[in-house]
Amino acid sequence: MATQVFKLPESLKGDVKYSFCPGCDHGVAVRLIAEVLDELGIRENTILAASIGCSVTIYDYINVDSLEAPHGRAMAEATGIKRARPDKIVFTYQGDGDFASIGLAESMHAALRGENLTAICINNTTYGMTGGQLGPTTLLGQVTTTSPTGRNVDYYGYPIKIAEHIALCDGTAFSARVSLDTVANIKKAKQAIKKAFEVQIHGLGLGFVEILSTCPTNWKMSPDKAHERVRNEMMPVFKPGIYKDKTN
Amino acid sequence: MSRIVINKDKCKACYLCINECPKKLLKIGKDTNKLGVHVVEFDDPGHECLGCAMCATRCPDLAITEVYKG
Amino acid sequence: MVECLTNKKVLTKGNYAIANAAVIAGCQCYFGYPITPQSEIGEFMSGKMQELKRGYVSAESELAAINMTIGAVSTGVKAMTSSSSCAVALMQEGLSYATTDELPVVLVSVMRGGPGLGNIYPSQGDYFQATKGGGNGDYKLIVLAPSTVQECVDLTYKAFYLAQKYRNPTVLLADGLLGQMMEPVEFYDYPYPEIDNSGWALTGAKGRDGRIIRSYGPLADDRCVFLEKLYEKYRKIEENETEWEEINTGDADIILTSFGSTSRNVKTAMKISREKGIKAGFFRPVTLYPFPNKRLKELSKTVKKIVTVEVNMGQMVNDVKLAVNGACPVELIHKGVGAPPSAKEIVKKVEELI
Repeated sequence: MATQVFKLPESLKGDVKYSFCPGCDHGVAVRLIAEVLDELGIRENTILAASIGCSVTIYDYINVDSLEAPHGRAMAEATGIKRARPDKIVFTYQGDGDFASIGLAESMHAALRGENLTAICINNTTYGMTGGQLGPTTLLGQVTTTSPTGRNVDYYGYPIKIAEHIALCDGTAFSARVSLDTVANIKKAKQAIKKAFEVQIHGLGLGFVEILSTCPTNWKMSPDKAHERVRNEMMPVFKPGIYKDKTN
Repeated sequence: MSRIVINKDKCKACYLCINECPKKLLKIGKDTNKLGVHVVEFDDPGHECLGCAMCATRCPDLAITEVYKG
Repeated sequence: MVECLTNKKVLTKGNYAIANAAVIAGCQCYFGYPITPQSEIGEFMSGKMQELKRGYVSAESELAAINMTIGAVSTGVKAMTSSSSCAVALMQEGLSYATTDELPVVLVSVMRGGPGLGNIYPSQGDYFQATKGGGNGDYKLIVLAPSTVQECVDLTYKAFYLAQKYRNPTVLLADGLLGQMMEPVEFYDYPYPEIDNSGWALTGAKGRDGRIIRSYGPLADDRCVFLEKLYEKYRKIEENETEWEEINTGDADIILTSFGSTSRNVKTAMKISREKGIKAGFFRPVTLYPFPNKRLKELSKTVKKIVTVEVNMGQMVNDVKLAVNGACPVELIHKGVGAPPSAKEIVKKVEELI
């Protein structure tokens, strides 16, 4: 008798069809969040503050109460939700541009205040939905539609290391950077996401996970090659690891 | 007997699962879906599937919906 | 800390009156960033909300403050933010979102001199900002304009009620004069019925599917349907909630109209004009949106002239002209920034205009 070892999480809406491009890691990240909501049994008590960009579509996939936020303001809205309803589990799902460029003030101050929230940030080194422009995490040398000869320091400055910065905030309970480039790393990513929700449940402060992800369309690479780029180009700069864990 | 279930309508032909399978049981199929892409096929005549679920864990589009181990 | 007062007559500042009334109205969360001349509201709230175990955040910016307010009201509770002029400018994005997401945000806007940093003198230069909006797209904010500290209390209660009733952001548009001056006021219990938010509020999807509060819709037709519905709501607001004060308009040859704190001197100017034998009337819109178009239109048929008095370069006068639509001449008496023109100054100009 065969036992089922994999099924789609119940926190996903029925018969979900993602609108992400083929091979995009967003799909894995969204599924992992849904699996964590299932495992912690918190779907019915959770509220999402959504974002702008490809990440916004999460509210069409995960079956929780959701509020749209203007670009970059998800952490402010999440703060408002949590202060109004401290008994709810509140999380954001944002891209690197949303979280760490236009929304950097909201993100950092939520961390500094130690808001009991969970923030998941997808770092794919570009603005995906608008067609692959230079973003806050675009790597030095990386060609984008607004860095046509590659990102150079003189012209564009440096990329931001989000997980390290968030870890420096005293109100942060957990900050980690994970990757989705291999199945082993996907499993680690899920553990980090789970931890980021658990610290909120225990009232310890902000739980944050930066997820290194692919954008095969704008990188103009096959999904396979895109994962190679994550390993060879992103991970040496954005080193995966746990940068803060107040539970240790 | 271990096996997987593929929802062919959801496959977007990224083919990430093909490299993931330790037994190389996934391949680009002849069938196309509504997206007009050649969807992945599970081809396991020798019952080699381990039920490891690496393909489903990797699939970014929820196209591999169930995995059974036995 | 200032005591929260109920059922008492006290001498207090406009800003404290607003904050105190908000607490009595059941405001569960306050989010704000300091700016003169309304900082006392946040100061009062910081202590009071903690004491009552309600929500208070010293926001990192007005952008954050308005979005925190959006977050809080999306869960069905009453919440507010307060600010002034150049900082209300930062909130326009959030206000646009709150209209399309149909969220009962309450914003207290205590006007100061502009444009830009301007100064901290009283002003009415944000009539356009409040009634026409600086955010994107087709939307309206309900705008209430108090003229006394007592009205700061009355209209704060009303702002919470109308925001909830119509699920639309509502602005209490005061100014530095009202915010800073002291008058005797009476506080009383929140006089309006509580609105049931359980049909739409985000409370966690217990025993039901998740709700999404969003404006995003990829299809043009869907957006058209939504906007028609939104404007159907605005027509209801116009029909039911338009409020104004009028005195001696029945036999008036000339009607003096103004809003907010300026109308205090205008009312006196009307009385002095009467003593001088000028048949003057007084008309004050209390709701700036919805604007009392219909009543002004009626009055324009029986008067010779309408004069608008404002502390700005002439903003409400445009709405008066639209309402009157050429039926009688509309003149403007104005001063850019600062204390409103005195009653004497107004009378002198009325005598010139008549």
